[in-house]
Amino acid sequence: MEDIIILTLHRAMVAGTPLLLATTGEVICERSGILNLGVEGVMAMGAVVAFIVTMTTGHPWLGVLAAIATGMIFSIIHAFASVTLQANQVVSGLALTMLGLGFSGMLGKPYVGKPLSIKMEDWVIPWLSDIPWLGKILFTQGPFFYLAIFLALISWFFLERTRLGIQIRSTGENPKAAETQGVNVSRLRYLSVLIGGGFSALAGAHLSISYSKSWIEGMTAGRGWIAIALTIFALWNPGRAIWAAFLFGGFFVVQYLLQPLGISPSFLAMLPYIATLLILLLISLKDPRKLNAPAMLAEPYKRGER
Amino acid sequence: MSGISKSFQGIPANQDIDLCVEPGEIVGLLGENGAGKTTLMNILYGLYQPDSGQIKINNKNVQIHSPVESIHLGIGMVHQHFMLIQNHSVIENIALGYKDTPFFFPKIKIRKKIDQFSRQFNFHIDPDKKVWQLSAGEQQRVEIIKALLNGADLLILDEPTSVLTPQEIKELIFVLKEMKAKGHMIIFISHKLDEIMEICDRVIVLQKGKIVGSSDTSDTDKKSLARMMVGRDVVFNTLKEKLDKGKKILSVKNINVLGDKSILALKDISFELFKNEIFGIAGVSGNGQRELAEAITGIRPISSGNVTINGKDITNKSPRQIYDNGVSHVPEERIRFGIAPGLFLYDNAILKQHHLKKFSRRYFLKYDQVKTHTKTIVDKFKVSTHSIDSQIRNLSGGNIQKLILGREISERPQLLVASHPTYGLDVGATEFLRKHLLKLRKQGSAVLLFSEDLEEIFELCDRIAVIFEGEFMAILDADDKRFSDIGLMMAGSKRI
Amino acid sequence: MIKIKTTDRYNITALKSFMTNILSLLAALVMISIIFLIAGVNPIYAITEIFSGSFGSLYGFKETLTKAIPLILIGTGLTLAFRAKFWNIGAEGQMLMGAIFATWTGLTFGEALPSYIIVPLIFLAGFIGGAVWGIIPAILKIKYSINEVISTLMLNYICAEFLTMLIVGPWKGKTRFGFPGTNNLPDSAILGLIPGSRIHYATLILALICAIVLCVIIYKTRFGYEARVVGENPDAGRYAGINFLKTGLILMVISGGLAGFAGVGEVAGIHHYLGYPASISSGYGFTAIIVAWLAKLNPLYTVISGIFFAGILVGGDAIQISLGLPAATVQIVNGTLLIFLIMGDYFLNHKITLRFSNK
Repeated sequence: MEDIIILTLHRAMVAGTPLLLATTGEVICERSGILNLGVEGVMAMGAVVAFIVTMTTGHPWLGVLAAIATGMIFSIIHAFASVTLQANQVVSGLALTMLGLGFSGMLGKPYVGKPLSIKMEDWVIPWLSDIPWLGKILFTQGPFFYLAIFLALISWFFLERTRLGIQIRSTGENPKAAETQGVNVSRLRYLSVLIGGGFSALAGAHLSISYSKSWIEGMTAGRGWIAIALTIFALWNPGRAIWAAFLFGGFFVVQYLLQPLGISPSFLAMLPYIATLLILLLISLKDPRKLNAPAMLAEPYKRGER
Repeated sequence: MSGISKSFQGIPANQDIDLCVEPGEIVGLLGENGAGKTTLMNILYGLYQPDSGQIKINNKNVQIHSPVESIHLGIGMVHQHFMLIQNHSVIENIALGYKDTPFFFPKIKIRKKIDQFSRQFNFHIDPDKKVWQLSAGEQQRVEIIKALLNGADLLILDEPTSVLTPQEIKELIFVLKEMKAKGHMIIFISHKLDEIMEICDRVIVLQKGKIVGSSDTSDTDKKSLARMMVGRDVVFNTLKEKLDKGKKILSVKNINVLGDKSILALKDISFELFKNEIFGIAGVSGNGQRELAEAITGIRPISSGNVTINGKDITNKSPRQIYDNGVSHVPEERIRFGIAPGLFLYDNAILKQHHLKKFSRRYFLKYDQVKTHTKTIVDKFKVSTHSIDSQIRNLSGGNIQKLILGREISERPQLLVASHPTYGLDVGATEFLRKHLLKLRKQGSAVLLFSEDLEEIFELCDRIAVIFEGEFMAILDADDKRFSDIGLMMAGSKRI
Repeated sequence: MIKIKTTDRYNITALKSFMTNILSLLAALVMISIIFLIAGVNPIYAITEIFSGSFGSLYGFKETLTKAIPLILIGTGLTLAFRAKFWNIGAEGQMLMGAIFATWTGLTFGEALPSYIIVPLIFLAGFIGGAVWGIIPAILKIKYSINEVISTLMLNYICAEFLTMLIVGPWKGKTRFGFPGTNNLPDSAILGLIPGSRIHYATLILALICAIVLCVIIYKTRFGYEARVVGENPDAGRYAGINFLKTGLILMVISGGLAGFAGVGEVAGIHHYLGYPASISSGYGFTAIIVAWLAKLNPLYTVISGIFFAGILVGGDAIQISLGLPAATVQIVNGTLLIFLIMGDYFLNHKITLRFSNK
């Protein structure tokens, strides 16, 4: 019994990892004022590129780097549309998702079903992994897990405790004011979108080379959209995102736990989505004015506007 | 600056302007709204690029492409609408603007700097407070600290006193004189003649984008400046007829209204309005005026007390119901509340009236009627536009205001609530609107006028109330002698 | 040095708008050709295949019309929602819910009733289903400030899983080729087709009627006016006394209901039974977003853009078979078109001038 619980919690951490990565990226992006609905597409691109590069070169970390680069370059499309063209960010993000899902499907076709022989072993942290319960759950995880937490914490630090962070947050709150202080709003927004894209692609890389070690169309399974929801749920704070992501990882995993009890798998599959809505509802009821949304989120900013 | 010209969409905002400032000088930039003062300063500050002309600093030609460069050159600007991040703390805002903010843990160094300036100029700012918690005067001080921190030799202030109490204005003048003594250069933009005469050494007058006059303030007087500004003599006291008060229209009894931050914005307010009367609410912006207007027009809930129109209780009724009871509203933030920018003129002309039988039959809108109605408003109120089919956002601010006023007046309201109706309008439009308010008064309506322009209040109103922190300090007839102390009332120091 | 200057354009005529759209589409076509080239496919062949597959033959055109029906229905509803800036990404779910309600009605009552009663009944049921699913995000947004993009998306997934639950559980009927589904709808509930095609003409006529009706609603009714004001400036809407809740609910009832109609059409006209969600909704809910966008949020234009995108879908199927390209290729085409439309919009609204200076 104990083993099952430990295993489940371990899996929850694994399931939450890509969510954390994508959410952190989207938090950074949205705090600069840009809504990026293309996470799902960028994640898929990251997944396919990571898989192909890893399979071809035999080096998973090359795959990771390639994925990050791909994510960033791919996100330029959305950055260009949102920042330079000041287009509707919802539409542009959706276009990015379509392109991402489409391109990844096309690129990945020859690789469907081919298993990845290279494994990314779990890191067994000395001493800490011997702690009962927590040791196996938290300190015996794949490298992506530690990377995700590290990146989330670093992102929090950068946003709250550095000058760059203040600037990024200002472009999301009041780009006009930021501009008059000499902040280059466009450049920072591009940067944030690209960073967000890199994170999303990283999440995808985790899916294809660490989680399932294979590629198939649609493997992102809506995780990108959940990350967008989690951004709000975490109140745009990367630190909170850690809790949010692993909570939802838990939801994904609980499905399998409850299945032998005869509960319909579709019902369980519904749970994460229903849970997202319920939790958003709860937050809204508790605090009618949801705090912390960047004031100018998804509003295009025109320089020198009269 | 020499020969500066700038046009927006083919309309010239600045035409061939020359301007120079010496150290230790306060130069006033005077002009109506739309004269081009802010545009010119935005060019100097690097937010806009001039179409032609030169800028020289210390006799060297410079090109200023962005605020970063102007800050670098020693130019600082305090805008009319503060460029502060409301949700951030004071210290984060200042860190944003300071060019030598350290990358890691910026707050530590900035805190020390803020202390320094606070002592030098007698500011008292809590660096960790969020900006939205500060008063307007305090926010302005944050702006000034930002400019000084970056080593501004030249400080540009755009309509700095528009949001200050008389006491805060005195403090500002003190600071400016200190800075002048230290050799700073100051450009003071204003449309208020009193201030220009009191504070500035020289004054330059702009009208419709061109310089129409410049002189030392010691060599001129208010009347000449006003004439230069407008091109003709401005009449300061329109004679309004004495009218007998009609029957009671509005009755407000003991209302308490919550503000946005869940504190009481209005405390136990009571007053009455009668036909043939303009009732003015004087006071510095932010003392409950907006909440009062919103409470009466139904946009904001009233916690206790009641409001009646012609005896009918309208407390907390929907805006539409209140409108149907004869209450019209000209909102304070016109673009924000008064129009749907992307829709056409005729769509906007019926924004509040579209549910009336006149314009809609069952589920459909009668567009012929709508268009006729629009044409009438455009003609009567002289709204300048190509056609009623153009998008309303293509019109100038003044014309939009005229349309909104026309829209609200055209239905012959019993009560017109006018919030800062002439704010930001040029003198021509202002006179026009004021004439119409008086006309309404004559026709038997009541007007509740909110204004920060004391001249306007005294010119138009029969009775005046002074509001401070959600309470009335006084309700008196306009010609009451006790209004010589109105400054104290507005600052909360005197109650009658 | 070349300096790029952008200025706003003010004299935008309908003609300019139309021309820009056409140019954007052509530019997108060029981009897509390049992509095909890189993928090792002959672009000219591929593109001609797409268009001849969908418009070049009678069969192709009939297929195009068939696929255009749901796109027009959903797209029309979206033009209303988008004008009020209500980003309804949930048309997929609303469509499925409509299909679910319609199937239940058809299976339960269809045996005993003649066509002319049961058919309107299932359409009504479908409308209600879609409307219910559309009202939920409306309430969540207006009363609880929950972003409609998130809520409609989540509801898509919830409905899809719900449908799966139904067809493998309580509604399980015959299985065909190993895929679960409900029983077939009774004959009276099945929609008639134009002979020699798969066009269920009842839904087609319904789609065209809805496009016209929605045009009237948006431009001529008070409700449409209020919805447009809310979309343009919610603050002005509040000031004008517009009831946000009422407006939001009505528009989502309409948008969801129309998607529901589309769902009915797919079940009763094409498949005749309820199967896996993906096979019923086929991504129409998302494609319809581009349809509405291309139509510049005008319901009448959605007819044209609906047919256009249906053509791409049909053509996409054609080259999937003949060129072995993956199904996701259509997504690439759609995404590229959308991006170029966005860019075209920008050029329409801004004038770009290049200045050559010797600095």
